[in-house]
Formats: sequence, C-alpha cells, structure tokens
Amino acid sequence: MTTSMTLVIATVVLGVGTYAFRLAGPLLGDRVDLAPRVEEVLNRATVVLFTALVATTALFAAHDFAGYARPAGVAVAGALAWRKAPFVVVVVAAAATAAGLRLLGVP
Amino acid sequence: MRSIWRTLDRELARDIALVCVADGIVGASLGAIAVSEGLPLWLPVLLSVVVFAGAAQFMFVGLVAAGGNPVAAVAASLLINVRHLPFGFAVGDLVGRGWRRLVGSHLMVDETVAFALAQRDAEQRRAAYWAGGVGLLVCWNVGVLLGVLGGTAISDTDAFGLDAAFPAVLLALVLPSLSTAATRRAAAVGAAIALAATPFLPAGLPVLLAVLGVVAGLSPRRRSTEPEEAHA
Repeated sequence: MTTSMTLVIATVVLGVGTYAFRLAGPLLGDRVDLAPRVEEVLNRATVVLFTALVATTALFAAHDFAGYARPAGVAVAGALAWRKAPFVVVVVAAAATAAGLRLLGVP
Repeated sequence: MRSIWRTLDRELARDIALVCVADGIVGASLGAIAVSEGLPLWLPVLLSVVVFAGAAQFMFVGLVAAGGNPVAAVAASLLINVRHLPFGFAVGDLVGRGWRRLVGSHLMVDETVAFALAQRDAEQRRAAYWAGGVGLLVCWNVGVLLGVLGGTAISDTDAFGLDAAFPAVLLALVLPSLSTAATRRAAAVGAAIALAATPFLPAGLPVLLAVLGVVAGLSPRRRSTEPEEAHA
C-alpha cells in the first residue's frame, strides 16, 4: 500500500492540475479559439477512458475476474440508464442486483 | 452575489437541488468505497475538497486501491479532467473576472456546465452555474464525509453491492456521450484494449492505453458540412 505522504502529494498534484485545467479556459477564452476538431478529440478521449474504466472495473478485481454478481449488477444498471431511468435508480439497482446475487450464493 | 439567488427561478432551483442530492449519494458511495478498499479515511475527504471532480476521484481511488502506481493514478485522473479545458471556454464569461474567476473555476463540473448551458438568457446561465456549483460543492463534500463515516460501520461492503455501484455510476454518466457511431466505435476499441491488457499490465496503464481507441473514431473522409456532435 502506498504511504500516506505519497497519497497527500498525489492528491495535491491532482488538485492543482485539475484547477489549472479549469482556470485555463476562462483565462485564455478571450484570446484563443480551440479548433472544434481538437475539442472533439479531447471529448472523445474522455468518453473512451470512462468506457474502458467501466469495462475493467465491472469485470476485473485487480488482475483477476471479479465474479458474476458485479458485472450482472452493472449490466442491470446499463439497461436502466439506457432507458433513461433516474440516476439514483440506476446506482441502487446495480448495488441491489450484485448484493441479491451474492445472497443467493453467486460469487 | 445576492442577485444570483433572486435571478434563479424556482423550477431550476428544484432541478439543481435534485442533482445535488443525487450527487451527495454518489459522494457517499465514493467515501464508502474508498474506506471499504482499505484507503485512509482522510483521503476521499481531502480529494473532494481539492479535486472536486467525481469521475477523477473515482478513477484515483480505484487505481490507488488496486495497488496502482500513484503517478499513473494522477495521470489517468488528470486526463479525465482535461475536459474542463473546453468547458472553460464555454462558460468563461459566466465565471467572471478577478476573485470570481479564481473561485468560479473550481466550481466547474459536468453538471454546473450542463445546467448553465441549458438556460436561455445570460443572467439565468450565470445564476445556474453559481447556484449549481455552490450546491454541488456542499452536497458532494457532505456526502463523501457521511459515506466515509457510514462506510466504516459496514464490515463487508461487497455484500451490499457497493463494488457494482462504482462502474454503474460511471456508466450512467458516460452513456449519454456515446451518442454517435464514431464515439461508440472508439469506446468499444478502447474498452477492448483495456480489457485485454488488464490481466498483464500494472493497474492504471490499461485504461491509459484505451485512449488509443480514439484513433478508431477518426474519420478519414470528413465533410465540413457534417453537423457538430453533442457531448456531455
């Protein structure tokens, strides 16, 4: 496990970096006009990252298969989100599905 | 500042309040997940104050809890937050200047930007941005704190399915952005790369590699008349 001091430094670096991204737009907004093509690629990279994170965390615990209950819960959440169910319903359904399956003995 | 609360119409205030409550619950899940993964109690609390970006915090907590390299965790989380750069160009005039710019920039999250841009006139946009930003900052941090405290009272969070809540939260957030075929193609290729790499590479790296999937979304024959894509 990473030491506390390392975690504090990492958190502060992440905070400062995030703040820099946030501040850059309003500061430069008047002068620079970001090409729509560049903006689109930036947006798409974020969506791709999210999707990859969803896929890996739904299916893996560290380097191994996470079991069936977790991906089943995520699949239920995906179906509900696809049908535009409220966010809270989506999240609670995911947890309830995984918890219910585990209660039934599914790993 | 007072004019902002006067400008804010009742329906908008109610919508913002609803999102604040929902995000508070997500914050609570972040706090509980972080603690259940064995991370120190102060970490999600400090993260929520200085980073204040849900997805990046989930990314960071997830990667660090998985034993990932902190440098890779910061890099992956920062990459997620790069989107605030184009956001800033979109809401720069709402943020203002001087001290307002310094404070207002920190309030820049997906929800505040989305709420602001959905309003018609400039005053409502500014009111939505600031009311949403302050409301979310408060609810998010209170939620995380409650999650941290409540999470420690729960011995086995997997029994409550909290591990499934994390990808579910991100999925619900990302789904509306998968609106075009090009983005879906890029996301599918990226996810496939990450899944193939996960058993072999250090935690964090597979997700960074997934960005290569963006290449799959690039169209070589792109007409300038093609309509702009909408992104969350």
